[in-house]
Amino acid sequence: MTLDVSGDGAALSFTEKLGQIPWSFVLMITLVASVGFAMLYSAANGQFDPWASRQMLRFAVGLVVMLFIAMIDIRLWMKMAYPLYGLGMLLLIGVDLFGSMGKGAQRWIDLGFVQLQPSEIMKITLVMALARYFHGASLEDTGRIPFLLIPLGIVAAPVALVLAQPNLGTSMMLIMASGAMFFLSGVRWWKFALVISAVLIAIPLSWEFLLHDYQRDRVETFLDPDSDPLGTGYHITQSKIAFGSGGLMGKGFLQGTQSHLNFLPEKQTDFIFTMLAEEFGLVGSISFLVLYCLLLLFGFIIAGRCRHQFGRLLALGLTVNLFLYLFINVAMIMGLIPVVGVPLPLISYGGTATLAVMVGFGLLISVHVHRDVRMSRRGLGDL
Amino acid sequence: MSAFDRDAERQRMLSRRTLVLGGLQGAAVATLMGRLYYLQIVESDRYKVLAEDNRISLRLVAPPRGLITDRFGVPLAVNEQNFSTIIVSERAGDVQQILDEVGKLIPLTEADERRIQRDIQRSRSFAPITIKENLTWDQVAAIEVNLPDLPGVSIDVGQVRSYPFGEALSHVLGYVGAASEKDVEGSSDPLLTLPGFRVGKGGIEKQYDQALRGAAGNRQLEVNAVGRVIRELSRDPGQTGREVALTIDAKLQHYMHQRLSAEESAAAVVMDVHTGGIQALCSSPSFDPNQFAMGIGYEAYQALLKDERTPLINKVIAGQYPPGSTFKMLTALAALESGIINADHRVTCAGHIELGSHRFHCWRRGGHGTLDMVGALMHSCDVYFYDIAGRIGMDRIAEMARKFGLGGKVGLELPGERPGLIPDPKWKRKALKQPWHQGETLIASMGQGYVLTTPLQLAVMTARLASGKAIQPHLLKSIEGQFTETTQWPAIDVKADNLAVVLKGMNAVSNVPGGTGYRARINVAGMEMAGKSGSAQVRRISMAERSTGVRTNESLPWRERDHALFVAFAPVHAPKYACAVIVEHGGGGGTVAAPIARDILLECQMLEAARATVAQQPPPSTDTSPAPLPVEGGTP
Repeated sequence: MTLDVSGDGAALSFTEKLGQIPWSFVLMITLVASVGFAMLYSAANGQFDPWASRQMLRFAVGLVVMLFIAMIDIRLWMKMAYPLYGLGMLLLIGVDLFGSMGKGAQRWIDLGFVQLQPSEIMKITLVMALARYFHGASLEDTGRIPFLLIPLGIVAAPVALVLAQPNLGTSMMLIMASGAMFFLSGVRWWKFALVISAVLIAIPLSWEFLLHDYQRDRVETFLDPDSDPLGTGYHITQSKIAFGSGGLMGKGFLQGTQSHLNFLPEKQTDFIFTMLAEEFGLVGSISFLVLYCLLLLFGFIIAGRCRHQFGRLLALGLTVNLFLYLFINVAMIMGLIPVVGVPLPLISYGGTATLAVMVGFGLLISVHVHRDVRMSRRGLGDL
Repeated sequence: MSAFDRDAERQRMLSRRTLVLGGLQGAAVATLMGRLYYLQIVESDRYKVLAEDNRISLRLVAPPRGLITDRFGVPLAVNEQNFSTIIVSERAGDVQQILDEVGKLIPLTEADERRIQRDIQRSRSFAPITIKENLTWDQVAAIEVNLPDLPGVSIDVGQVRSYPFGEALSHVLGYVGAASEKDVEGSSDPLLTLPGFRVGKGGIEKQYDQALRGAAGNRQLEVNAVGRVIRELSRDPGQTGREVALTIDAKLQHYMHQRLSAEESAAAVVMDVHTGGIQALCSSPSFDPNQFAMGIGYEAYQALLKDERTPLINKVIAGQYPPGSTFKMLTALAALESGIINADHRVTCAGHIELGSHRFHCWRRGGHGTLDMVGALMHSCDVYFYDIAGRIGMDRIAEMARKFGLGGKVGLELPGERPGLIPDPKWKRKALKQPWHQGETLIASMGQGYVLTTPLQLAVMTARLASGKAIQPHLLKSIEGQFTETTQWPAIDVKADNLAVVLKGMNAVSNVPGGTGYRARINVAGMEMAGKSGSAQVRRISMAERSTGVRTNESLPWRERDHALFVAFAPVHAPKYACAVIVEHGGGGGTVAAPIARDILLECQMLEAARATVAQQPPPSTDTSPAPLPVEGGTP
């Protein structure tokens, strides 16, 4: 058996690649995004302006970007993994220096036509960099602690910058997605146990010295949202009322009282799923979760079919990312975890988040199209 | 181990761990779904209620206050539209500029402008702010015409209580005002929490406030998170206050008010002797209840409070006066009922009698000569009543007085009634810790000393004498068409023969030449009245003054003059109306109060006759009553 039994991926023609694109997956992405358009239409009291129309435009741009990325050879992406990671780091440093203030946190770079959120970009480039690093790692390698120090550094640097913005939600996502990558690469269970215990010890310390007042408020609010219903607990209380009053069948499209009468905060961004649940009830919200999970399932299938480690890790990492968006957002608005500013991709109104997940989907499809390309353990030699 | 095997092993590890990861994610999503189930199914009912609470704001709607009418349906208290101009700042743009424009149309003081600006800053931009209330028609018209140039400004129509008869009925109706803390305390009526809601503050408005007020309605409004009204979901106008019809005759009341206004300070009341229904009740001077309903100014209120003629006090129920000689019917009746004295008992009046070291004077210095009981009533001889009172004792007199409604509240439906006082030995021992003196019985027999009565009590006494029934006075004829009046009163426990003697005496007062009220008689056939005069001394007449001659009322300052009283009923042969009149510090009862009683009772009967005429032809011919004659000398 040799490694080059498979056909040469580079030999695939443009039309062959187009044929390889999983169009059912693209259709499903569009379906989910369309649910988002409908909800944004409702959030604007039955109007396309100001949110639905712009979101549709962004999604259209996103689709083009996604397909473009999907057509690019996976080996080029592997080659670009570290440089892109470096670029992401530069942008992150950039926001700390030049970022405009948004809600008390430096998260944006205003490029004029779009407000760039480097932390969203970092969610992808970090996964790429880690996939690149672990692509050539044998199980013996991942068993050695010195071998793990470099990827730990790769993770720690952006996490520290994002925490400094401060953006607790995104840094948690970066850590959890990276943790999944480490886990998938075969890092021993006991090492995770060790790190988790260390974190548990660190929590009281960081509570005391690291967290900002508003972050502490959020956690306290989460623990007892009814203690201050008109203050910081207001959002979650109103969100729960919206969920509950939706009942089994919901109040009907455009009929959500909590959202349309502005009791629901940020209904077009972080709390958009609340609005969906209010208007379409348990039936609608479960159906939506199932639809979203199908996207995740696609990610797993793509990873399973891929014949190189980089593709597998990249696909799984991106899928985990998508899962984390969904879980953190939905759990937060249902009052299961503290309020952290995480949007629901494809549904929430927002430029960077939409673009970021579309880039992610592009990479996923690229993995699928190039699932059979030959890659050496050391990576780039064969290109 | 070959590179392939190592890769395969790594792939197997990856697959295993992918499964673990997938399982974890599946569990996480299952948790989310469980949470959804909990929120949307298990707790759904609770959250639905909360969402409705959020969405729906209940606003109280004040129902229109019930009307008050007289016995014939003439409106006495109504609700009138009250115009005010309001501004909604979010629609106005430059509020100050708009206010300047409005200021050219209606006068706005600097204080007004400050209040408006303050209210605007305190309220949300969509909340209407009152610019000015109680606009006149001209002001409303001026603003209406200019509305296109006044964005955000509009005219608002509210309701204000209005009293068409003004001062004439203020003591009966009372007025409405903002609820005080005392009103709100202990009441669960949500209407009281409404800003600007008015409650009854006196008279019928207070007495029947619950009925007149009605029940609160509400509007269900859909509001958003900042309280802006999105739309009205439903409206329940509430229950309009019930209509209260009084026994008052508005025409008679109006006449009586005019008649009493001629005096400095007077009060009068007329009632039906069979039902006890008050036909007219007037205390003069009076006040304008419309001023109170609009909100009276401090200075105007202080002026009313400080007036020594007490315009704010209803003298009919709250003025306590010695009844003077109007009390003598009761002394006479007590004597007859005791069996000790009969109607033929004669006393010779020499102008005074002696009791111990004291000399008790008759009002006529020369004395009346020999009189029987009817004559004594006719001439109001004090000595006769000293004599019989001395024989029967105070307890019998007091018992008779209470039988006829004196000495305690009679229970008219007006707040602020006072009880008066009928003294007896027991009362004096208890209240003053002093023994009763025989002389005090003599003084009380002619309605002086400790005896105090209200004009209402005197009217009740007269009505009971005239009808022989223990009628109770009342003002309520019906509530929302439910009649409450009755003529079924128990008979008073006195012998008809004895009562007839007293009535004969009262007839003689008015209709026999020489009677103290003869000059103020009614000489319209079939309408004649029977009465009794009284003059109540306000000051003590000293021995020194008697020796130099008692000063005439005209020579005394107003506050020291006698109160003039007269009680009467008519028509004398078939009593229908009873009347009591008091003119504070007016002088002699026969000269000052009797003509007023005559005019009132005549007007009362004329009005009735006129109504009968309208109902059935032909009209009865009537003479006009003579003008009151000027009478010299102080005959009580």
